[in-house]
Amino acid sequence: MTVTSPKLVKLDGIEKHFGAVRALGGVDLAVGQGECLGLVGHNGAGKSTLMHVLAGTASADRGSLTILGEAPAGYSPGIAKKLGVRCVFQELSLCPNLTVAENTRVFHPSLTGFNWRAKAGRLILEKLDAIFPGHGISASDLVQDLAIGRRQMVEVARAFTATDEPVRLIILDEPTSSLDAHTARQLLGFMRRAVADGISFIFISHLLGEVLEHCDRIVVMRDGRTVADADATTFDRDRLVAAMGDVEVHARETRANKGRARGQSPLRVRARPRRQSGIGELVAHEGEIIGLAGLAGHGQTELLLAIFSAAMRADARAEVTASVALVAGDRQADGVFPLWSIAENIGVRSLPSLRQGLLISPRREDALANLWRDKIRIRTPDVHHNILSLSGGNQQKALFARALGSDARIVLMDDPMRGVDVGTKLEVYDLIREEADAGRTFLWYTTETDELKQCDHVYVFRNGAIVADLTSDEVTEQKVIQSSFAEAS
Amino acid sequence: MSASGVAAKEVSRVLGRGSTPRLLRALLPALSLALVLLAISYLNPRAISYFGFTLMLNLAVPIALATIAQMFVIAGNDLDLSIGAFVGFVGCVTATWLRETPLLGTLVLLGCIATYAGLGALIYLRNLPSIVVTLGMSFVWQGLAILLLPKPGGKAPGWLLATMSFKPPLIPFPILAAAVIAALAYVGLMRTSYGAILRGSGGNAVAIGRAGWSLLKAKMVLFACTGVFGVLSGLALIGITTSADANIGNGYTLLSIAGVILGGGEFVGGRVSPIGAVIGALTLALAASPLLTFMHIPPDWQVAANGATLIVVLAARVLISRKEAER
Amino acid sequence: MKGTLGRAFATPWIWSFVGALAVWLAAVFFTGGYGAGGMLTAALSLAVFTVVVGVGQMFVITLGPGNVDLSLPANIGLASAVAMTVMAGDDGRILLGLAAALACGLAIGAANYLLIWALRIPPIIATLSASFVIQSIDISYGRGLQIKPPPGFADFTNIQVLGIPILAVLTVLFTVGAGLALQRTIFGRSVLAIGQNMRAARLAGIRVNRVRFATYALSGTLGGIDGALLAGYFRGANVDIGNEYLLASIAVVVIGGTSVAGGKANVPGLWGAALFLVLLLTMLNTFGVSAGVRLVLTGLIIVAVITAAGGAEAAR
Repeated sequence: MTVTSPKLVKLDGIEKHFGAVRALGGVDLAVGQGECLGLVGHNGAGKSTLMHVLAGTASADRGSLTILGEAPAGYSPGIAKKLGVRCVFQELSLCPNLTVAENTRVFHPSLTGFNWRAKAGRLILEKLDAIFPGHGISASDLVQDLAIGRRQMVEVARAFTATDEPVRLIILDEPTSSLDAHTARQLLGFMRRAVADGISFIFISHLLGEVLEHCDRIVVMRDGRTVADADATTFDRDRLVAAMGDVEVHARETRANKGRARGQSPLRVRARPRRQSGIGELVAHEGEIIGLAGLAGHGQTELLLAIFSAAMRADARAEVTASVALVAGDRQADGVFPLWSIAENIGVRSLPSLRQGLLISPRREDALANLWRDKIRIRTPDVHHNILSLSGGNQQKALFARALGSDARIVLMDDPMRGVDVGTKLEVYDLIREEADAGRTFLWYTTETDELKQCDHVYVFRNGAIVADLTSDEVTEQKVIQSSFAEAS
Repeated sequence: MSASGVAAKEVSRVLGRGSTPRLLRALLPALSLALVLLAISYLNPRAISYFGFTLMLNLAVPIALATIAQMFVIAGNDLDLSIGAFVGFVGCVTATWLRETPLLGTLVLLGCIATYAGLGALIYLRNLPSIVVTLGMSFVWQGLAILLLPKPGGKAPGWLLATMSFKPPLIPFPILAAAVIAALAYVGLMRTSYGAILRGSGGNAVAIGRAGWSLLKAKMVLFACTGVFGVLSGLALIGITTSADANIGNGYTLLSIAGVILGGGEFVGGRVSPIGAVIGALTLALAASPLLTFMHIPPDWQVAANGATLIVVLAARVLISRKEAER
Repeated sequence: MKGTLGRAFATPWIWSFVGALAVWLAAVFFTGGYGAGGMLTAALSLAVFTVVVGVGQMFVITLGPGNVDLSLPANIGLASAVAMTVMAGDDGRILLGLAAALACGLAIGAANYLLIWALRIPPIIATLSASFVIQSIDISYGRGLQIKPPPGFADFTNIQVLGIPILAVLTVLFTVGAGLALQRTIFGRSVLAIGQNMRAARLAGIRVNRVRFATYALSGTLGGIDGALLAGYFRGANVDIGNEYLLASIAVVVIGGTSVAGGKANVPGLWGAALFLVLLLTMLNTFGVSAGVRLVLTGLIIVAVITAAGGAEAAR
């Protein structure tokens, strides 16, 4: 079936660079009419970037794109929409201050006239009713008043609404990550029905079961390339994981402190998630690397932030016995000071110790920055250059340098390896182990199993609570996934 | 699903679970106005009459118009610090050219609106902070006003005087005018299909741009609307005061911002309410002098009382939003 | 710091000095060289008052979008009255009066931030509401008060050495200190960090609330001291003495190259901008243009400067 269907969209040799980091290194991808293509790969494998290229929101450095056999000139989101390509991205593209109906109107320029509100409301409710029966959303609800899951439902339903423009291909980028199991099943069921009606899909998900079960064909991406492309029936979970996985990292078995019994060193952190029922708390001792696992957004970041503020100010939920530094994962939102140099960005956590008398000493600041540039290999000729002159991975290294160069005895890491290339990761793993051996404590939230294997102890989170407590020997992808989805799969 | 089904559903949603804080938030401007009215009726029952309102709310009409003008720029995440000076300039034009040479006067006023649209384009294209641009423009308008009318004087055109002293049956003119202004702005910004785009440009400009709308046009339309309502405010003001003065509108910049915020608007995110803004303006106009006079607050402290009103109402709003966040 | 210095020279604040020089030359050319020095002396004297409040406003604006202190005019008015009352025309009480003005300004700044923090009111509205209240206090307190500064204080604010006002020299020293505070102290770095990204600043361990409090308190304090100095210079306090400093304080900050989007501030630019504005007025006065033309040109120049200097940075 996938072989015979005519090609709707074809991408050839797409390349995309962000600074020095290669996000896409010559990707070929084709989607047939009425085909559901599953796209899987680790974080930072290039899936989202590729989809931005397809949606017209990012332009490729090289390569070609054809839709229905033609290469549209000056490809843009507007042209994509006219040609029937719709996207549901991870970041929501609704206006929070508008109602559900008004957001539908924004999407459809032809929705005008005296009765536009009712028309828009009917349009979106029809789709909502069809996809998510019993959704409980009203067309006059303000988006800002909806819970995140409902917003996602509106976003998905809006992509299916049609007025004067055709709907040919819908890109669903992690559509189920903020939906509960019930609504996720509703969406997947609807997707299959739409496929039967001839609409094509590109479906991105970290939940391999969803992809295996609902897609016709699966493409696996790794490091900005496609590494596997075949009928879904030829894959099973293990084959997918093997294709996605990084052999290089797998080969490096960890050097976790397997021998050492827990609790021999002094206590550093004791914290309880807010939504924890029953017993269960996170404990970290000096010199330990503690992993926080589970699906994204299940309370790990929240707990890290609670620990962070507990260190600044007493808090009943967490007990912290030493100074804390945090390495942000969302660099742009939580980490980088864009107007500052690399040296200033590194030094900001250590200002008191950079002083000479009352004033901050530029010499000391430079010394600190240069020390860490060499130690963590930040690739820059001069630490006085602006932080944004660095590639994403190197910016992340500067954030690591900020935390590791400070006096903090506890380092919190909020999924810090997002979008970081493998080479950088390996360097940072070694550094973290080194620092832990020297007595620092690390709390490391990550969604990648390879990184969890670097940890001495792992807590798995689900729905804002700790649901499993694994020692380093017990950490396997399967075990983590099992605990993450006890109810879903 | 049938349209009536949708309607029934809508009703149940609005009245249903958890929307009480949202309702409260929407009603807060009206509640504060009611409170002020209650206080006035307690202190001076005679004020609650046709003539009482006509007198007390005399200056509320231009304030309400200026507030609506400010609301349009705030809807696009900008701020107009020149609206007061602009109203003053319009007042000077009205009391001179518009009466003596109506054609010239009309052209100048239309030119003002075009200037506003141009400012919007400049701010969008060069990505400028609106605070500074309008700050500069406030000097320009003020200077032009002084050039035009170095000393207080001029005279309002007859038709304008007649309009502003119109005495409709039963309902005092200022209240009627305020209702018309609120309805006009509400329909324009909240009910038309392009109004949704305008507000969306303040809520999530990227999303609006991605959906294929021109953000430049949206910004220009918002600023032009500010110009239109600014002109109306100047006209109304001169219709009441009968003569002009270059400094006549100076207090309006701060009053209009305060009115928008009092009416439930926010500086960012395209969250504004035209009806709330008009109510906010009425509240400020009433609290500004009639109430305080009735309370025998010495004139020295009337400004302070205005500041206190603002603080109290905003504090109440924060309390409500906090409740909302907790649920 | 080499990088910072290099970047500073690339910024447009240097043009404010060039502009100041240009308008001065134009005025001198017009008068045929007559009164060139006197013009500079007068400009320096007047620029001082704008620079002092400008420094406070600059720190506040650098905190990021939405941060601005609109209570400065009322603050200046009240502090000038308080200072003159406490001094009571007595040379022996000058320091006491200055301390009172400082305390008054500090209290106003603290009150501003209390409103912002406790009631979570946007700074624009908080400082605006506060200014209403302060204005009333001032009107009520200053009623019938026609107190002149002690002769010693009035003389001190008007002293010149070789045509250079002593107050200007002190203010230059103060701004050098402010520049150091901005770039080389924990406080200044914290302000810059908060202005770039408040969330990131908090996560980098900066005590955001404390720093913001200190910034508003600083702005208030500088408003207070400015009120006392103005009363000395103009030989008397009055309610309206600070009125022009609402717009002027914001204008010098922006023309001086400080980013309204926050996180980037410039101290030398304040001097350039203040001199530019004062000399611009002087030039227009020597040309004999009317008040109206003066205002129009001032406004157009502010718009032109921001248009030329603006660009990629996030607005508002």
